[in-house]
This record gives sequence, structure tokens and C-alpha cells, in this order.
Amino acid sequence: MSTKLADLVQKPQYLSGGHRLCAGCGASIAVRQILMGVPDDVKLVIANPTGCLEVSTSIYPYTAWNTSYIHSAFENAAATLSGAEAAYQTLKKQGKIKEDFRFVVFGGDGGTYDIGLQALSGTLERGHRLVYVCYNNEAYMNTGIQRSGATIMGSWTTTSPYGRYSSGKKENRKDMTAIAAAHNIPYVAQASISHWRDLVRKAQKAFAADGPAFINVLSPCHRGWRYPMEKTVEMAKMAVQACIWPLYEVENGKWNLTAKVKKQPVEGYLKTQGRFAHLFQEENKDILKAIQENVDAEWEKLLNLCEQK
Amino acid sequence: MTWDIKDIQKWGWRQHPLGGVIKDPGNSCQFKTGGWRTFRPVRDEEKCNQCLICYVFCPDSAILARDGKITGIDYDFCKGCGICAAECPKDAIQMIDETMAKKDNAGKFR
Amino acid sequence: MITGSKAGTKTVALIGTDAIAEAMRQINPDVVAAYPITPQTAIVETYSQMVADGLVKTNMIAVESEHSAMSAAIGAAASGARVMTATSAQGLGLMWEMLYIASGLRLPIIMPNVNRALSAPINIHCDHGDSMGARDSGWIQLFSENAQESYDNTIQAIRIAENPAVLLPVMVLLDGFIISHSIDRVELLDDEVVSHFVGEFKPAYSLLNARNPVSVGNFDGLYGYYFEFKRQQEEALLNSFRVINEVGEEFGKISGRPYRFFETIGMEDAEFAIIVLGSAAGTVRQQVEDMRAKGIPIGMIKLRVFRPFPARELAEAISRMKAVAVFDRSSTFAGNMGGPVFIELRSALYDLQKRPLLVNYVYGLGGRDLSVDLVNKAAAELAEVACSGQVKQPVNYLGLRE
Repeated sequence: MSTKLADLVQKPQYLSGGHRLCAGCGASIAVRQILMGVPDDVKLVIANPTGCLEVSTSIYPYTAWNTSYIHSAFENAAATLSGAEAAYQTLKKQGKIKEDFRFVVFGGDGGTYDIGLQALSGTLERGHRLVYVCYNNEAYMNTGIQRSGATIMGSWTTTSPYGRYSSGKKENRKDMTAIAAAHNIPYVAQASISHWRDLVRKAQKAFAADGPAFINVLSPCHRGWRYPMEKTVEMAKMAVQACIWPLYEVENGKWNLTAKVKKQPVEGYLKTQGRFAHLFQEENKDILKAIQENVDAEWEKLLNLCEQK
Repeated sequence: MTWDIKDIQKWGWRQHPLGGVIKDPGNSCQFKTGGWRTFRPVRDEEKCNQCLICYVFCPDSAILARDGKITGIDYDFCKGCGICAAECPKDAIQMIDETMAKKDNAGKFR
Repeated sequence: MITGSKAGTKTVALIGTDAIAEAMRQINPDVVAAYPITPQTAIVETYSQMVADGLVKTNMIAVESEHSAMSAAIGAAASGARVMTATSAQGLGLMWEMLYIASGLRLPIIMPNVNRALSAPINIHCDHGDSMGARDSGWIQLFSENAQESYDNTIQAIRIAENPAVLLPVMVLLDGFIISHSIDRVELLDDEVVSHFVGEFKPAYSLLNARNPVSVGNFDGLYGYYFEFKRQQEEALLNSFRVINEVGEEFGKISGRPYRFFETIGMEDAEFAIIVLGSAAGTVRQQVEDMRAKGIPIGMIKLRVFRPFPARELAEAISRMKAVAVFDRSSTFAGNMGGPVFIELRSALYDLQKRPLLVNYVYGLGGRDLSVDLVNKAAAELAEVACSGQVKQPVNYLGLRE
């Protein structure tokens, strides 16, 4: 399948304008790019857990979805869509449905890493043919920037604030992409909206997979990260270059790096965002060091998995 | 099918669709978000080399394309985030003050 | 309520959960999403075997929790499939959030709930606290006295839920262990008869309608039409009164067992009566009949439909009584207000010019037996209330170790 932009712009716009996401939102960029990877001549059912994307795209009596869409609750988008997929499989077998359908969840990191993890794990383990996309902005943005399992250590959020006795989030984030990969499903990938061609190619593979697929997409949020709104794509690009968000895929168990990068120090990336501003005070030097060490260790681990060493 | 929701705020409970299910996909295109804008992206057609990067990074599906080419910007939905201008490799998109653009009757800033 | 047998039926010995599984096999739903929990487990096991043996077309999803069971059921039902699940107690508790979403999205999901006490302390035996807690979740609730009624209610539930004037989920309640794990005589209808009775499912909307895609579960937080949608649900529940009776009558024609909101015994000449639901109705019925044989003017109502609550019909049925005892197999923890049936019945009587005295007996929590002696004790106290015209204690515990 083509990843030429001239071809991609011919694709249907499954997400219509008129949604109420913030100006400069990374989530809708992720959605648009993922859906550029939908094969021709298939129908879609899209699901959201509760979150920014959901509340902004389905405000009754308006829907921004140019296709079938369901939201039921926060922790269960994977389970909800697994039911839709199961219905499709049997109704198709019974001859009641003729068309080919694909199923996609777009969940935030809260709905994926935290509250929705169990339902996601169950869905991946059961082998439903659906694509689960995490639009990861590293905190609960819909409720006003609270820490999640995806929030980077040292990051300010409204529930990991900076204060006399706190220097932001104490704990490191969990490796959700590796958790998904541990389900031994056909396709898992980590992607970034900045690397659109890589992302679209991953979406194409995910839609083609004969089973569950999981894509974790870095989708910066300027409200939560504290940077000017026009820099959303730039932030994502810097994260990739600092190797704090490496781009890779796990295709039928084989790990591959999908973007060549010249690894940059993480400080340069952190400096651009207000959520890390306090880390540049003298007393927080150790945290900066610890973040870099975490990034280095994770990067080494990844290189080993991808047999790049 | 287009769903007529002009007077929906006056509807009684019997008029709403069962369970709040919307059977008019993509009808948010009736809801214009262009008014959110404080800065307006303006594309210089001469500088533009049709690389289509702006299309792929627009969060609001507001870059109009036809037959593989950018034809304009949909100001009904563009919220003025400026990502297109920031990412344009040819510097072909400028952000200008929205009030200025509105005052410009000659349509220079389009 | 076995009143006779018809040609084409088959009488078998089944435990309650197998009777439910038989009904499910005959209904042959498109999707079943379920998670095992005592005492519901036997339904899931038996049905899984039916799927494994190719007896049904069902795509069965063995989900990882009850929350996901109801979530998957919602996703499947919104995709135009006929969907069933089943649970008990803690499982129903875990589903709580999704119960309201199933009814709010107007999805006719059918769920047998094998009644079991809610923790703590953890207890696997029967009381009605689980489903009574869900009484305001917008589901229709049908109680069963025995395996036969569990089977019959499950089949009728499909027709009630899917009626275009209703489109609400239905819970079929059966008492844990007492019904679920006791062998009972059950008359099964022919597969074709059931298949014809339930008919084809015609969904009100479907995510898989390729020509007319739908947006389901939309956000109503900005303009506020929520109130209107809740009023629609209330209307659907009101409509269900008529539909429940119509379906019960039609079911009578194929089975010889017609169903209504409740069943009465001796109410035409009784002076006082007991109201009860679930398996305890059997014990109470035996005592009521014995007492009536001795000339004691006692009657009985076995309540089948708790949601919607047939307030008008119940009030009418007991308005001439001097006193009525309500047996509740759960408590409301409302501060000595009694059990849920008692509270609602009291409310139903408020508008009557002349109303009976009402006493409440909370019994059987955590599976405590309701013995014949306890029923007799309550009946004797009830006779005393009817005779003296005075209620000494409105809320009483029956079988509690003092």
C-alpha cells in the first residue's frame, strides 16, 4: 500500500471538521494519520473510551465521525469493541452482513495504561481482530492534566505538582508498548505524529494483521505540556530524537527499529516544555540525571531487542 | 441523510432519537469552529510546492485538497493553531491577525 | 406455575442453571459474553459446551471480567446482534456502571442473574440484595419461583426486551442454589416453538449498518438533553407493562403457562395476605393452602415483575385486606424502613382511601433458610395484626439469631 501523500489525501476524511478539540491538538492529528492507513473498500467501526477525543467529537446532536462510532465508558473501550467485532464475525458468517469491516479504538493514555488496561489485555489475549490505538499525551488531559501511568518521571501535573516537598511525578512511566507486545499479538508498534509516513505504514500493517494490533502514538498536548500550540508536531519530533519515544514495531514477535535517529540529550527536549521547568532548578539536577539514565537504559534494552547491538 | 436539528433546543422528549443515537455521520461539519481563531493561516500559492505536509498535520481536517493537490484552507473549521505554518518546509504559510484579515475586504489574506 | 402440558413439550429433570442454558440454546443468541461466578457458573459451563458441540450459532466471548461482559454485550447489541449474558452478586456489582449504559443506549440485552448475597462477609448463597440494588438501573426485572419459571421468563424476556415500544434490557432473577442447583421438573418447549416465539431480532440501530453509520453513546454534557432521554426510558418502562402482559398471555398459548405481573392465591376471600417473590413462594404457598384448608382467611401474592413495579395492580389486589405481610429477601439499610418490596408497596398504597396495615419480614439473607415454622410464625403474627388492627413493629427479621 502506498504511503505517498498524494495518494493519502485522496482517502476519505473519517474525522470531520467541527469537532471541539483544542486548537493544536495532537490527538486528532494521530486519528487522521492512523485512518489514512485504512484499506480501501472497508467499513469502519470506531470506539473511544471517555476522554478528550470522545467528549470533543461526539457532542450531541453533532458527531464528527463520518463512520460508525461507539463510546460506552472509560475503562472498557477494548471490551466494547470486542463485542462489536464478535457480533460482526457471527453476523458475517450467518450472511447477514456482506461488507468488510475494520474495528479501531482510539484511547488516551489514561484509558489505556491505567483504567482500561485490564479490558485491553483481555481483548488482546482473546485475539479479536481490531486495532487499538493509544493517543498518548502522557497525562489525564480531559479532566485537567493529572498524572497517569504514562507520565514521565519529574513531570508536573495537577496531581504530581511541584512544591516544597515535591518535584513532580516521582515514579517512572510503565512500558505499555512492551506490555502489549507481551500478549504475543501479530502487530505492536510505537509511533509518533511527527513521523507521519512511519505512522501510516504502521497503521496499514495493523489493519492488515489477522488479529489484534496495538499502536502507541505520541500525541503531544500543549495545554498539559505547556508549550506554544503550533509546536505540537515539533515536540513529538524532539521526543523521538531524544529517544525518550523511540519508534519501533514488533511484527509477529520480531522487534524492529523503524526510524534512524542521532540520539540527542533529553535535556533539550525537556527544556521546551513548562511541565519540566522546575527540573532546571539547581536542587532538581538529580532528577534530570535520573531521566536521562532511564532513557539510556530503555534505549539500550530496545537496541538489544531489535538486535541492533 | 441530513438530520434537521435547527430547533433541537426546543424539542420535547419524544422528538429525540432513541438513546441519543445520531444517524447523520459527520454532521459536526454544520458546527463551525472557525470563530475560535485569533490568527489565520494564509497560504502563498507561489511558494507552496504542494508537498502536502500541512494536510497531514492539520488537527482540524481544515486543509482542502483535491486530486492530490492543496486547494485552500477551510476557514469554517481552522482554529488557527499554526501547526501548518510551523511545519511548512517552504515557509509558504503565514499566520496573520484574524481581525486584520476580516477587515481586509479586498481578500488579500485568503 | 405448571398448569398442564401440551403436545410437543418434553418434561425433564434439570437444575435451574441448565434450564436457563436450555432456554438460551433454543433462543440461540448471536453473541454471549460472560464471566464465571458462583452460582451462575453452571450456566456459562453448560452453554460453553453447547457452543463447543455446535448446537448454537452463538459467538461466545469468554471475557476477563463482568465489567467487560456487559461492555462486550453492549458493543455486540449496538452492532445489531441478539445478546445474552449472565451473572451473580459481585459480578452484577462489577457491571454496575454498564447496567445504566445498557438501558440508556436502549439495548435489549437479556441477563439471567442468579441471586446471591453481596459481600462482605463473602457469602455465596441466595438473597436478593444484588438485583434489588440494581432496581433503578433501567432494567426490567422478572423473578422466578423455580427452574420452570426461570426457563419461561428467559424466553419471554427476549420478546419483552426487543418490543419496539420497550427496547430495554431484561434481568431474569432466580434464587442461587435453591433454584440454580436444585433438580426440578421442567417442561421444555420444542426448539421450533421457541424459535418461532422469539422470532428474528430487528435492531433499532446497528454499528454494522454499512449504508447508515450511527454514532452511539454520544456526549450530552453541553446542551443538556439528558433529562429528555431519561424521560424516554421512563416511557419505555411504562410501555413494558402492556408488553409484559401481552407476551405472558401469548406464552400461555404455546406452553399452557400464562404469565402476569403476579400470581394470587385465595385473594378473593382472604382477610390478610403474604407477598413474596422468588423461591420462598413455594414454602409460603404450601402453608397458605394448609391454613386455608383449616378455614384461616389468608391469601398470598407471588410477585413476578419487580421492575416495572406494578403498583396500581398490587394496590388493587390488596386494598380489601385488613393486613398484609411483605417478605423481603434483602434489606435497604435505609434506617429501619424495611426491604425494597415493602417500601415500594407502602408507597403504592398511599393514595388509597382505605388501605391494609402493612408489616415487613426481612428473611433469608445470605441463604438463611425460610422454614415452615418461620412462615407459620409470621402468619400468626399477621393474623394478630389483622385482628387487633395494630402494627406493633413494622419491620421484623425472620430467622435472625437474636
